[in-house]
Amino acid sequence: MTNGTKPANAKRRPDGAALVIAVVLAAIAAVIFWDVSRLTGAAGYSQVGPTSVPYAIGCCLIGLAVWTAVAAWRNDFPEREPQQFGPVVWIVAGLAAQMLLLNVAGFSVATGLLFALTAAGFGRRKLWLTIPVGIVISFAVWAIFAKLLQLSLPSGPLEHLFF
Amino acid sequence: MNTFEFLMQGLLVAAQPMNLLYALIGVTLGTAVGVLPGIGPALTVALLLPVTYKLDPAGSLIMFAGIYYGGMYGGSTTSILLNTPGESASIVTALEGNKMARAGRGGPALATAAIGSFVAGLIATLALAFVAPFIVKVALVFGPREYFALMVLAFVTVSSAFGDSTLRGLTSLFVGLTLAMIGIDQLSGQARLSFGIPDLLDGIEVTTLAVAMFAIGETLYIAAQGDRGPDKVEAVKGSVWMNAADWARSWKPWLRGTAIGFPIGAMPAGGAEIGTFLSYAAEKRMTKHPEEFGNGAIEGVAGPEAANNASAAGTLVPLLTLGLPTTATAAIMLAGFQQYGLQPGPLLFATNPQLVWGLIASLLIANLMLLVLNLPLIGLWVKLLTIPRPWLYAGILLFATLGTIGANPSVFELGMLLAFGLLGYVMRIFGYPIAPVVVGLILGPLAEQQLRRALAISQGDITTLVASPVAVALLLIAAAALIIPLVLRARGRGLVLSQLAASED
Repeated sequence: MTNGTKPANAKRRPDGAALVIAVVLAAIAAVIFWDVSRLTGAAGYSQVGPTSVPYAIGCCLIGLAVWTAVAAWRNDFPEREPQQFGPVVWIVAGLAAQMLLLNVAGFSVATGLLFALTAAGFGRRKLWLTIPVGIVISFAVWAIFAKLLQLSLPSGPLEHLFF
Repeated sequence: MNTFEFLMQGLLVAAQPMNLLYALIGVTLGTAVGVLPGIGPALTVALLLPVTYKLDPAGSLIMFAGIYYGGMYGGSTTSILLNTPGESASIVTALEGNKMARAGRGGPALATAAIGSFVAGLIATLALAFVAPFIVKVALVFGPREYFALMVLAFVTVSSAFGDSTLRGLTSLFVGLTLAMIGIDQLSGQARLSFGIPDLLDGIEVTTLAVAMFAIGETLYIAAQGDRGPDKVEAVKGSVWMNAADWARSWKPWLRGTAIGFPIGAMPAGGAEIGTFLSYAAEKRMTKHPEEFGNGAIEGVAGPEAANNASAAGTLVPLLTLGLPTTATAAIMLAGFQQYGLQPGPLLFATNPQLVWGLIASLLIANLMLLVLNLPLIGLWVKLLTIPRPWLYAGILLFATLGTIGANPSVFELGMLLAFGLLGYVMRIFGYPIAPVVVGLILGPLAEQQLRRALAISQGDITTLVASPVAVALLLIAAAALIIPLVLRARGRGLVLSQLAASED
């Protein structure tokens, strides 16, 4: 709460994004309460069971949600850097592609795509170059970790071709 | 047997050829990854955890010790040669170190950091070896309520005592505690917050969370800042060796830094990188060359760097003797123990002394290897710093997902990685600290177990928690650590606290 004290940033509008955080915290607390209510209260003779701690955490989350809402109302949150969402979309697309292709295409191809799309997020958009580079690097990593260190990395057509 | 004999025995374990090799691989990998800009010790340890999966516990922990110290050292190289403020634990090193590098004295800056790290690491590891048995003796009489109080204290110091907002620190902590409840309750066997999804019954992997929040969250955040032009890496000009004046001005700061850093790291309330700031302030006050401070004073590199390494060894005291992680790095190391079913704590010293003392001894060996390895290899580390950002971050994500896939090659696990990565990104935008989430996730279940045990013993009587003097004292310290910063911030003195924050991504 360092910068809410002096009117350096004099715009006294409630911080909408921070209010959303408060709502999300309250929602998490609601989910906890709902989930705990299903559990049979196997509290035993000590009145403490699997439900006690979740209840306590849920209550604390409600308290934090209220506190966050107050802070948002008073615009107590630090100033945020402007964000460019284009690169974020590239990288998230890369992670999603890897997740979906991993068991179909094998580690090298899926991770090669992640590699190329992350590089694209940082400005290297020549996918015809970065995808092959990514696949070669990923294959080398696969060979080292799956063969030498015996980590179980999923193999696909490409890996079967060589091993 | 006394400590000395145990340590000798540990050295015998650590000096076996295979274990030496593991230590060597560990320090090399740790330094190489730690040098990369944007990767601090916590992420280094999380990224390299999968490398150790297939080793036996002793070999794995020895490699881990090397990775830990190597990562610490690599971070200081980054901050000296590449001025990235707020990048890792060694912000203070960047203050003077980067100025020295710009003035063409990068070599001596790196040398005093390396030798200072060695001196501090050596003394602090020996101190760890001699302090640990005493704490173990004390800890053996601790019951559930004392452990619970200790964990509450750790929660408070990790989340809210330092940093710039009590609210955001506590929120991060409770996000971690909520995630910790997912899965089967360890005492009653009931599934909580798993919504009938089998993949969630085992709970959330600490490494998945840490890698997602630190690696993916950080990558997304950096990418979203847009292209700010290439970072300027300072070339190392001239000799890397220190001259006589450098030595004369460095050795006292090394020792003072160690003396400041170790106790702060070793306190269960430690955690934050306060040691480096205190050491910097001390050197600034005691120096005979005050005009050089701010323009590249060697004392300003030597002291904080020694304090940094000493407190890194110090955090191993609560971790090994009490099973209490006080930093994100320590939390991930605890996860490393748990993958072998080992729970650090007083009992581990009794049941598995070879392992514990082998680990402590290999810290000494890793420390020596780093000194021998790093100064000659400095050219290689500088090359690593000049990797263009697209390739660098593409590679970071490759290895980040590799670890998760290696541990559990399932689409669901990768989906969690992505989800937590986005969470980490959003938390960064809003200025929420990351470390409390990780500590909350790993310490949450342990704290709950101790709390429920304590209450079961007292048949539900809550006053049992404050029925022992030790527990009361710990809880009072925790309350003070929560309330005093709140008051300070409300009075506008929060700036000091936010400067003391540990940012160790």
